[in-house]
Amino acid sequence: MELLNCKDLTLGYEGKAVAEHVSFTVSEGDYLCIVGENGSGKSTLVKTLLGLQPPLSGIIEKSDVLKKAGGVIGYLPQQTPVQRDFPATVEEIVRSGFLAKSGLRPFYTRAEKQLAAEKMERLGISHLAKRCYRELSGGQQQRVLLARALLATGNLLLLDEPVAGLDPKVTGEMYELIKTLNREGVTVIMVSHDIRAVLTFATHILHVLHRTAWFGTAEEYANSDIGRAFTGGEQ
Amino acid sequence: MNSFLAVMSFSDFAAFFVYDFVWYALIVGVLIALCSSLLGVTLVLKRFSFIGDGLSHVAFGAMAVAAVAGLTNETWIVLPITVVAAVLLLRTGGNRAKLNGDASLALISVSALALGYLVYNFSGSSNLTGDVCATLFGSTKILSLTPLDVGMCIGLSVLVIGLYLLFYNKIFALTFDETFARATGVKTQAYDLLIAVVIALVIVLAMNLVGSLLITALVIFPVLCAMRVFKSFKRVVFCAAVVSVVCALAGILLSIWLETPVGCTVVAVDLCAFLGFYAVGAVRQKIVSR
Repeated sequence: MELLNCKDLTLGYEGKAVAEHVSFTVSEGDYLCIVGENGSGKSTLVKTLLGLQPPLSGIIEKSDVLKKAGGVIGYLPQQTPVQRDFPATVEEIVRSGFLAKSGLRPFYTRAEKQLAAEKMERLGISHLAKRCYRELSGGQQQRVLLARALLATGNLLLLDEPVAGLDPKVTGEMYELIKTLNREGVTVIMVSHDIRAVLTFATHILHVLHRTAWFGTAEEYANSDIGRAFTGGEQ
Repeated sequence: MNSFLAVMSFSDFAAFFVYDFVWYALIVGVLIALCSSLLGVTLVLKRFSFIGDGLSHVAFGAMAVAAVAGLTNETWIVLPITVVAAVLLLRTGGNRAKLNGDASLALISVSALALGYLVYNFSGSSNLTGDVCATLFGSTKILSLTPLDVGMCIGLSVLVIGLYLLFYNKIFALTFDETFARATGVKTQAYDLLIAVVIALVIVLAMNLVGSLLITALVIFPVLCAMRVFKSFKRVVFCAAVVSVVCALAGILLSIWLETPVGCTVVAVDLCAFLGFYAVGAVRQKIVSR
C-alpha cells in the first residue's frame, strides 16, 4: 500500500533550487534510505517532507492510508546542542509526541500515558522514565526521541542521521532496533551517510544529486553505475 | 545600635498592615512574580532572556509618550506598543538569522531608552528626574496603586496563568523542540504569537513592581534558581513560581521595613536566592560525582 508519492519535486529556498527532478514513492513496510553528498539537498528534502517548507514545484501526495493514521510523519531530528541544559525528564519528552493529536486538550489522557509507557518499555528506556534527558548517553537520548517519534506517527518514521555521533556498538544496536521496528510494520525513511548500513538494511534507495535524483530498489542501486560509483564498488 | 537596621520597631512595622496600599502592593507583587517566573522558564530555555529586557525598554519609551500626552492611565498606550514590539522581536529572534536578531534587539532596546528619555524632557514635569527614576526602577509606583490598578493586574494575571495551564504541554513541547512540534502539525507560529503577547502583558504589569530596568531579573532569576536544583520541566516551573513569589513577598516586606525602594529590594532578594540555589546545586554536584 502506497503511503507517499512525490512527483518531480524541485527543492530549495527562496526560489533557489538545491535539488531538482526528485521523484519517489514510499509504500507500507519500506525501508527507504536517502543518500547523497553534503549540500546535495538531503536536509532540504527532509524539511519539505515534514511540511516545514513547501517544495518550489512538484507534488507530495499523502495517501488515504497515511491520512487516516493522522498524516503525521514521526521525525527523529539530528541531535542539536540547544537541548544540552534543558531540564526535562524522559517521560515528559516521550509524552510530548502526542502533542498534535491532543488538540486543545490541556492534559494527556490515561490511555496516552499508558501507550507512552508501552513504547518506552518497547525501546528499553522504561527504567530511565524519571531521569533527566541531558544526563543520558547519546544512544539513550536517541531512543527517547525515537519513542516520541513513534507516538507522533501512525506508521511512518523519518530518521535524520540517527547514528551520528554514536559509538560503533551503540550504532549497531540502533540499526538493529530500527530494523526490528521496520519488520514489525513501521515504514522507515532514513537519511544516512553510512553507505554500508544503507546497503545492508534498505529496501529502496533515493540518491539525491544536484541536478537529478536516482530512485529504485536496493538491488537495482547496487548494480547501477551511480550506485557503484558512490559505494566505491563495496559489496 | 545599627541605625541601618533599626529603622522601625516591629509594632510600627505591623501597623503598616492596616493600610490598603500595603495589601495592594503585596497582591500585585505576588501576581506579577508568579506570571513573570512562568514565562521566564520558556524565555530562558529558548535563549530569549534578553527579549524581556528589550521589551521593557520599549515599554519605557511608550510610558514617556503617555506621560507627555498627559494620559491618566498609561497602560492603554504602553500595552499595545509593547505587544507589537514583542511580536516583531520574537519573529526576528526566532526564525531568521540569529545574529541579526541579536543586534536588532540591542538596537531597539537602546533607541527606545534614549528616545523615551528625550520625550520625557518635553513633558514639562517639575520632577523630571523623579518621574524617569520611578519608571526605570519602579520606586514608588507599587505603593500608590489604585483599586483599578489592582483589579486590572488581577484580571491580566488570571488570564496569563489560565493560558499557561491550558497550554502547558504545548509550551513544553515548543520550548524543547520547535522543529518537531512543527513537523507533527502544531501551529507553532500561533503559539509563538500567543507567547509574545503574554510576555508583553507581563512586562507591562511588572513595570509597576520593579520598573523597566529590573524586569529581566524577575524573569530570569527564579528559573535559573530552579534549574540549579531540579531536572524535570514540571519541577522547574513549580520551583521557579514558588521562589519568585517568596522573593517578591520578602522583598516588599523588607523594603517597607527598611524603607528601601521596592524594586531593587525584590531583585536583591532574588539575587540572594540565586546564590543560595547555586551553592546547593554545586554541593549536590560534588556529592553525585564523588
